[in-house]
Amino acid sequence: MSKMHLKLKVNGKSVETLCEPRELLIHVLRERLNLTGPHIGCETSHCGACTVDMNGMSVKSCTVFAAQVQGAEITTIEGLAGPDGMGVLQTSFREHHGLQCGYCTPGMITRAHRLLQENPNPTEEEVRFGMAGNLCRCTGYQNIVKAILHAASELNASKEAAQ
Amino acid sequence: MIPNTFEYHRPKTIPDALAVLTQHGDEARVIAGGHSLIPVMKQRLTDIAHLVDLQDIADLRGISVGDTIRIGAMTTQHALITHAGLSAAVPLLAEAALQIADPQVRYLGTIGGNVANGDPGNDMPGLMMCLDAAFVLSGPTGTRTIAARDFYFGAYSTERAEDEILVAIEMPRPSGGYAYEKQKRKIGDYATAAAAVQMTAVAGRVATASVAMTNLSDVPVWSAAAGAALVGTDCGPVAVNAAVAAMLEDINPGADNRGPVEFKRHVAGVVLGRAIARAFSRL
Amino acid sequence: MNDLSHDQRVAGLKGLGSSRKRVEDARFTQGKGNYVDDIKMPDMLFGDFVRSQYAHARIRSVDTSKAVALPGVIAVLQAADLAPLGLHWMPTLAGDKQMVLADGKVLFQGQEIAFVIAEDRYICADAIELIEVEYEELPVVVDPFKALQPGAPVLREDLAGQTKGAHGERIHHNHIFRWEVGDKEGTEAVVAGADVVAEEMVYYHRTHPCPLETCGCVASMDKINGKLTLWGTFQAPHVVRTVASLLSGIPESSIRVVSPDIGGGFGNKVGVYPGYVCAIVASIVTGRPVKWIEDRMDNLMATAFARDYWMQGKIAATAEGKITGLWCHVTADHGAFDACADPTKFPAGFFSICTGSYDIPVAYVGVDGVYTNKAPGGVAYRCSFRVTEAAYFIERMIEVLAIKLGMDSAELRRINFIRKEQFPYQSALGWEYDSGDYHTAWDKALNAVGYDALRAEQAQRVADFKAGKTRSLMGIGLSFFTEIVGAGPVKNCDILGMGMFDSCEIRIHPTGSALARLGTISQGQGHATTFAQILATETGIPADQITIEEGDTDTAPYGLGTYGSRSTPVAGAATAMAGRKIRAKAQMIAAYLLEVHDNDLEWDVDRFVVKGVPERFKTMKEIAYAAYNQAIPGLEPGLEAVSYYDPPNMTYPFGAYICVMDIDADTGVADIRSFYALDDCGTRINPMIIEGQVHGGATEAFAIAMGQEIAYDEMGNCMTGTLMDFFLPTAWETPHYTTDFTETPSPHHPIGAKGVGESPNVGGVPAFSNAVHDAFRPFGLTQSHMPHDHWRIWRIANQLGLHG
Repeated sequence: MSKMHLKLKVNGKSVETLCEPRELLIHVLRERLNLTGPHIGCETSHCGACTVDMNGMSVKSCTVFAAQVQGAEITTIEGLAGPDGMGVLQTSFREHHGLQCGYCTPGMITRAHRLLQENPNPTEEEVRFGMAGNLCRCTGYQNIVKAILHAASELNASKEAAQ
Repeated sequence: MIPNTFEYHRPKTIPDALAVLTQHGDEARVIAGGHSLIPVMKQRLTDIAHLVDLQDIADLRGISVGDTIRIGAMTTQHALITHAGLSAAVPLLAEAALQIADPQVRYLGTIGGNVANGDPGNDMPGLMMCLDAAFVLSGPTGTRTIAARDFYFGAYSTERAEDEILVAIEMPRPSGGYAYEKQKRKIGDYATAAAAVQMTAVAGRVATASVAMTNLSDVPVWSAAAGAALVGTDCGPVAVNAAVAAMLEDINPGADNRGPVEFKRHVAGVVLGRAIARAFSRL
Repeated sequence: MNDLSHDQRVAGLKGLGSSRKRVEDARFTQGKGNYVDDIKMPDMLFGDFVRSQYAHARIRSVDTSKAVALPGVIAVLQAADLAPLGLHWMPTLAGDKQMVLADGKVLFQGQEIAFVIAEDRYICADAIELIEVEYEELPVVVDPFKALQPGAPVLREDLAGQTKGAHGERIHHNHIFRWEVGDKEGTEAVVAGADVVAEEMVYYHRTHPCPLETCGCVASMDKINGKLTLWGTFQAPHVVRTVASLLSGIPESSIRVVSPDIGGGFGNKVGVYPGYVCAIVASIVTGRPVKWIEDRMDNLMATAFARDYWMQGKIAATAEGKITGLWCHVTADHGAFDACADPTKFPAGFFSICTGSYDIPVAYVGVDGVYTNKAPGGVAYRCSFRVTEAAYFIERMIEVLAIKLGMDSAELRRINFIRKEQFPYQSALGWEYDSGDYHTAWDKALNAVGYDALRAEQAQRVADFKAGKTRSLMGIGLSFFTEIVGAGPVKNCDILGMGMFDSCEIRIHPTGSALARLGTISQGQGHATTFAQILATETGIPADQITIEEGDTDTAPYGLGTYGSRSTPVAGAATAMAGRKIRAKAQMIAAYLLEVHDNDLEWDVDRFVVKGVPERFKTMKEIAYAAYNQAIPGLEPGLEAVSYYDPPNMTYPFGAYICVMDIDADTGVADIRSFYALDDCGTRINPMIIEGQVHGGATEAFAIAMGQEIAYDEMGNCMTGTLMDFFLPTAWETPHYTTDFTETPSPHHPIGAKGVGESPNVGGVPAFSNAVHDAFRPFGLTQSHMPHDHWRIWRIANQLGLHG
């Protein structure tokens, strides 16, 4: 099977790899680039465990072919926080017990990151609607919603402080 | 769930894309957002030797809002929702698009893919019929325009030939009241039943009304009779009952995990009644 | 530390009762968890199955020639390849056996036929498509009642002529067992002579635990040293090691089983699946590591389902509503193989807890297990061995009885609760309930939701509905449950002969930090956080300085694993007991250091203090150092302890849940207005984690009650193989929860804790379901089976004539 030369910007770094056009983005990230933060849950674009940020959009990387993302800018959970690892969202998920088994968490946080970029002051209803592409089997979502609302106010407070 | 191999094409222009389709015939398929096609490919329910990705074709993008609305086929659901001019001109579109799938899917899923693949579960086809949209198709012999109301034959079977590409959707700028009422089991599900209504009124009486139903037959259903039943009325119970009765003549739902036929027919009537009421209230 | 007050020192420990933040979260939130599919080894192969398209068919032939010719395919295993090793069948946890690969026929859709081993998962998938299976279709039975009819097709030809199974007599070729408890004659006599008898069939439909991470493993046979390492999604890694040893003949000392991070289990990851066996064989055959990861359809179609219990009940009472007897017969659909995960002597698990929270003088339960052409399983989905079925049964029967009596069911519950002074309470079906205060919990719950006002509002709603003013109905769903968890006493609970104890091993390091290893394995419950809290309180070492390890059989002590809410009741107890052994030795060391008698010391948070002389003390940190640094006469150096804990009894958590919902009679859409959950799980180790468990369990209950099912058509095709159709609610549909508690410690548990993870599922399902029923009670509904999805709710309204 002929392979293609895939060039991407992943978590701020230019990367290149050989892969088949049919390979799914989630497999490129996990198997070829060793970014195992995004997970595979349902494989039919329902669960969102594989969510990554692509060119400023939250996408389900199990439903995107490698060939389609040639030249794209991808951010995974591994690229969301600074070198210390724990950004505002990560800390807020921890503080509000927004995770249990942790399997959905990378997708959740990656999606929440984009949601807050687009809507920095969401209501609880907007968070629930905006996070509806990500399934969690453990938490019942209540603490995830709480964590995201809290992160929003933290991020807004630090923005105000910076001004 | 691993897809089979395919040869990948990413043309930059519509003629280039058409050339690939002409060359490979029924072995080639176009891909837009991929959120209908890729799951099917992963389950190996379809075999596609040549995949033609339309994402680089600038002519398939863009939204223009005038007396006629033109929406490029590669416009995503997300773009439909967030385009201020379009939301103002055709608020029914955003109301419906928000009820499609989930945020991630809406970032990639396109209006063109949604209307062109002929999946009776998709929401946009019924909506396009309701709005009397037309589909602009490009093929080896040129471009033609087909009314949405004439486009669908059966499940996954449409007027589009295998060597044609849907390039844009055009519709007259609607006016009046509107509503998209959808019952589904959860976010990400297809409709158990959904109704699109767009209507105008003169002096408190319906002047024009268009009614379309989703996922209640193997094709989207535009019910001319249901719309006609509303014209001249104030959408009171008698008129609504008449519209519902007319609509029920036009649909033919099948049983699935969402429920049996009897239930779907009942819910179809309920959602249509609610859509009519909401549309009328927005006049 | 010495300058800190007593309270400050207690707070610094982050021990029992502290809402300590989880130590697991730093890695999970950064995407640095280590789940089985994250494991990568040099030369690793990938294996996957050819699965049956049919629910019942003879396999005429399997043509693998095209697949084997595909570059990158290493081998294709079939039953004939496993037979010489005796591995084409494997024993189940329930005393039955199960095909690893189809041996002549298939018995359910999705059954494993051949195992393809290839260089990667893409080649593997290509090869599977190239394998041609020729089937001869056989008649299919998906209904357990039809399966027991005289002329029903024979499913298990391998059992031909066997009139005895693992649990006694088999009365039909598709019959697995009959299990009976209680006083049949006495109960039937009471029922026959009762003032009032309510009789009903209550069905708890088939569903699936569906953790977000599917099942999988990596097997690696090192041919040089003869050691097999198996990483996988195992809720009971030690049991897997024992089974792997028994099956393969490799000594347990040469097998290492590791459960890495697990992406949710909920019972799905208790069983031993063909994928594990095939990956092991493939690694032994190829000498290379082999990974098997099922996809979501495989998971829903082939790995363990839950429930599928048809429960026929009769409940007898006096005219005043005092319950006098309970009779129940269950037809249990176990699918193609009896692969239930229950303690060996309990083929219907702890279903006999079905007298619930009520003082019922006499009772009887009979269960018939039946084979059908459905996937095997029958695991406890967020449940302790059929307790969810039992709780649903009794909480429905209470409602049915209340209807028959014309009583409010809250009052009916109240007059039948086991009273506080009756504990320890001996149930009619043989259980000894350890502790409870049901009336206090019930009153607190009813007050919290404003029960009387809700009933008044509901009455008005009914009046408005009848008057044509609204199409919306209102349901108030009551549920009071008693769980039985913490299996369990070794004298009556074992799995494959392994007593259901659990274990903890502690090492205190010289500088005063500690490492503790347990026989359990977390799948999101936060063991690394909470077990350290137990130990902090017991040993005075701050939880932040205690590392918890689980899941590696080479290092952790033997334990039976995590399911059935048993980690806190059993391993939590082992942890406390091991901590007490540490403290006992520490006391001797402190006495030596302080030159006093052991008995002159008293424990104070994190130190031993000379009684009456508060300035003379030794902290645990100082004692730990001394344990390694000084020769103490009569004592071995070091500070370590091991405890294997065999609980004297189960624990019996309980709770009161109340759900209020509004139902659109025209569409069948139900809106959950509120959900109140009061839990009494005894001593509360970490309130934050308890609340999180309740949210999650209640959400699984919401899903199960309101739409989630594994459905088959008459041909045995699984209709719910993807997350489009298998209902997992999103944040949008999921209700908001209000949590509350009372605290009645277990008298026999070292720290009084009872376990909580499964309570919200056990109690939640009847709360949601009863709310649906309650909305239609004024219109004549007695019983309607779950799941209460839109069309089934609509059907209730339709059948009651509410659509005009």
